[in-house]
Amino acid sequence: MIYAYALAGVILAPFAGVFIAGLDRILTARFQARTGPPILQPLYDIAKLWAKEPMIAHRFQPLCVYVYLAAAMVSVGLFFAQSDLLLIFFVQAVGAVFLVMGAFLVPSPFSQAGANRELIQILTYEPLIIIVLAGIYLSTGSFEISAVYAMDKPLLMNLPLLFIVFGYALTIKLRKSPFDISASHHAHQELVRGVLTEYSGRQLALIEIAHLYETVLILGLCSLFWTTGVLGTVVLLAATYLAEIVVDNICARMSFKWMLKSVWTTGLALSAVNFAWLYARGKF
Amino acid sequence: MFKKIMERSRIKSPWLVHYDCGSCNGCDIETLACLTPLYDVERFGVLNIGNPKHADVLIVTGSVNTRNRHVLEQIHRQMPSPKIVIAVGSCGLSGGIFKEAYNVVGGVDRVIPVDVYVPGCPARPEAIIDGVVEGLSVLADKQRRPDAANGAVAVDHTNSEILYESR
Repeated sequence: MIYAYALAGVILAPFAGVFIAGLDRILTARFQARTGPPILQPLYDIAKLWAKEPMIAHRFQPLCVYVYLAAAMVSVGLFFAQSDLLLIFFVQAVGAVFLVMGAFLVPSPFSQAGANRELIQILTYEPLIIIVLAGIYLSTGSFEISAVYAMDKPLLMNLPLLFIVFGYALTIKLRKSPFDISASHHAHQELVRGVLTEYSGRQLALIEIAHLYETVLILGLCSLFWTTGVLGTVVLLAATYLAEIVVDNICARMSFKWMLKSVWTTGLALSAVNFAWLYARGKF
Repeated sequence: MFKKIMERSRIKSPWLVHYDCGSCNGCDIETLACLTPLYDVERFGVLNIGNPKHADVLIVTGSVNTRNRHVLEQIHRQMPSPKIVIAVGSCGLSGGIFKEAYNVVGGVDRVIPVDVYVPGCPARPEAIIDGVVEGLSVLADKQRRPDAANGAVAVDHTNSEILYESR
């Protein structure tokens, strides 16, 4: 049964991702008083990139892309199989690192700059996600996702501040402003194309698909904060993603120093307060 | 079926890269005006991508001179096929008012093959959008006949270096 869930998740996740990404682009356009593309635009983009002439900048780059995609797919599969949160986290971290390695392989300065920035982004959000997972462990007594679903009260009641911390990591992972310093969601405000500069054609299509998987995974992790009712989960996800789009539209891109300073200080402070509260309620 | 989806996707998602060969910036401002809420070319999936390796459409403004012709050739070479080139403005078409200058090569088509010509000084945003839409039919045609996409054109490559060969 678990395998069936995992398989269904891996097959259905990219389609869900296309709709989320399409909705994202339409809403972003509406916020800017534009009409925006059709909702299936991400699908058109991927299909077009797939059929482009292959142009490979380094012979190991395709391997990096395949590992990135495989890691994203496996982590989504593990999530739907209600597996271990730490395992899911480390699998997606391996994928993220391979994307950076692929960009580092090519001596183009734009690719190198993008890869360096992506590394700093990974350095910024990974500790925060670990802290959030630790908070989930303290509330449920286990790193298993099934333990979260066994709770009779939503996690958000125990971890309200850690949810905000998770929001920071979400913004970085979704490549939204002000933290889109390695490769912006919006192509026109980019230093060539950041970490994606040297990936083209089918490689880029695979990266886009992997990004759809990552979006689904990160929204899935977000849904763990409200597991007691479907309506609550949907409302929480919609509100979170809408907040991401609003923040993306009202913020300018910031420097990596600002990102490190603001995300780590606010993130760690909020986590400390939340942990102190858990301690006071005897959760340790 | 997949082939059909890809053919449809090709014309529904043209990503463009814009290169200024030394124009007065009039045409560049009009090109960027197409992205504003008034015209909003993202309705048709058009994105200004800024990276030739991801682009399908190359929009060139300004008259080509002996210095930047190599840059133009290199950008064109870095774009994976199928691709189209759109020359925008009087200078891009023929060299315009700078045609007689000692360092000016002439229009864009003296250096790389041009598929669509958009006249005007500067070209109006409506005309540029028209040019891109016109170019999409050329793009669809190139997809159906792949040989045409790599068709040889009279281009002088003797002085240009290949800086980006695969390593």
